[in-house]
Amino acid sequence: MSSEPMIVFAGVEKRFGDNVVLSDLDFTVAPAEHVTLIGPSGSGKTTILRLLMTLEKVNAGTISVGGRYLSHMEKGGTLVPADEKYSREVRKRIGMVFQQFNLFPNMTVRGNLIEAPTRVLGLSKEEANSRAVELLDLVGLGEKIDEHPSRLSGGQQQRVAIARALAMRPDVLLLDEVTSALDPELVAGVLSLLRDIGETTDITILCVTHEMGFAQDFSHRVMMFDGGKVIEDAAPDQMFSAPEHPRTKEFLAAVLNRS
Amino acid sequence: MIDWDWDYAIRILPALLGGLRVTVLATLLGSVLAFALGLVFAVVRRNRVPVLNQLVWGFVELWRSTPLLVQAYLIFFVLPDVGVTLSPLTAGVLALGLHYACYTSEVYRAGIDAVPQGQWEAATALSLPTSRVWLGVVLPQAIPRVLPALGNNVISMFKEVPLLLAITVVEVVATARQITAGSFRPVEPFTMAGILFLLISYPAAILIRRLERRVGVL
Repeated sequence: MSSEPMIVFAGVEKRFGDNVVLSDLDFTVAPAEHVTLIGPSGSGKTTILRLLMTLEKVNAGTISVGGRYLSHMEKGGTLVPADEKYSREVRKRIGMVFQQFNLFPNMTVRGNLIEAPTRVLGLSKEEANSRAVELLDLVGLGEKIDEHPSRLSGGQQQRVAIARALAMRPDVLLLDEVTSALDPELVAGVLSLLRDIGETTDITILCVTHEMGFAQDFSHRVMMFDGGKVIEDAAPDQMFSAPEHPRTKEFLAAVLNRS
Repeated sequence: MIDWDWDYAIRILPALLGGLRVTVLATLLGSVLAFALGLVFAVVRRNRVPVLNQLVWGFVELWRSTPLLVQAYLIFFVLPDVGVTLSPLTAGVLALGLHYACYTSEVYRAGIDAVPQGQWEAATALSLPTSRVWLGVVLPQAIPRVLPALGNNVISMFKEVPLLLAITVVEVVATARQITAGSFRPVEPFTMAGILFLLISYPAAILIRRLERRVGVL
């Protein structure tokens, strides 16, 4: 792995009103690294993904992706809040898959996959289309290309959403509880697709999940959050077999017993 | 007992139909203006376009709080003082369009608010430019849901067109009045004018109710 980190959080603070969700958070993620964020709900995991996607703004500190600030830009030697155009430039390199899929229901599967590559990356219709066909084959839904999302099962919709994010060829992919809204029998298919993608690409992946088995074999690193701070940061084998922090032990015992 | 003269009724029908044509024309043109302007208002408000946002807000509040008749008078009788002279029909269409734009903008707003937050977030995650977020994602989902409400606005407007007789638009009720002035027989002209409105409004309302069942009421 290269020495330049792909993602850098430096002194990040995020508040919603008086509620401090993240405080003085520092961490880095290396290129092609797969990091899973675990922790109780409200611990700030999803907020980290939303900050990276610029769906939320930091209250203090900086985030950079691929060596460029995300929510700030340099102007005359000082950092100022980023404008929309700058944000959009940096954001192009980041993709996100949501818990609720969020496919565009007014477009076909093909439309969902070619919209951003043509409008944002400037690909021709033909290029974007062949990329869409290729990706739908990868996610096993080649024959659904002209269907509307409402005609697909949850698992199929989520696989299309993954293909849609990949169509932008992102450097960073954010997975926000992507199997939480799925029926249990559909979860395995989506997870095995993600394992394939993890093995065959060098995309940097940040993942929030409650699937601890998946976290263990997919991640290079697991970060345990509690109260807006990283309380433990370790390789998955270490984290799941011999957690050090008492809160981690407590949390893992609770989620592992449940499943 | 009301005395109804069929010969007279048949004789005045063509004139009333001519008036009805003006009513329908004013409604259609006024609706096109109201739909377009209302959409612009709604998008400006939701996007919080600086300055324009406040201007639109002020205009909508002011315009919704004053009667259509006053607005029509202002446009037709006062604008010429500042050098803008409009024909009665043009002034009437403008008055209807501006007045109803304030209501259609609220209708669009409801439709836009009904598009789930996740759709906006997915559009952001794909870095779609603002124009595509609106034209490609949000409006195609928002507008079908508000078509019935927009349709109801058209019917309301249709029934308000007779107000424009105050600025000398010769629509169907003005025509009935002219006929009465010559014949001193008000029963047939006004009854027939009412029936003509009914013949258009009622089937239109039924169509809209069907549409509501298909897209769901917002």
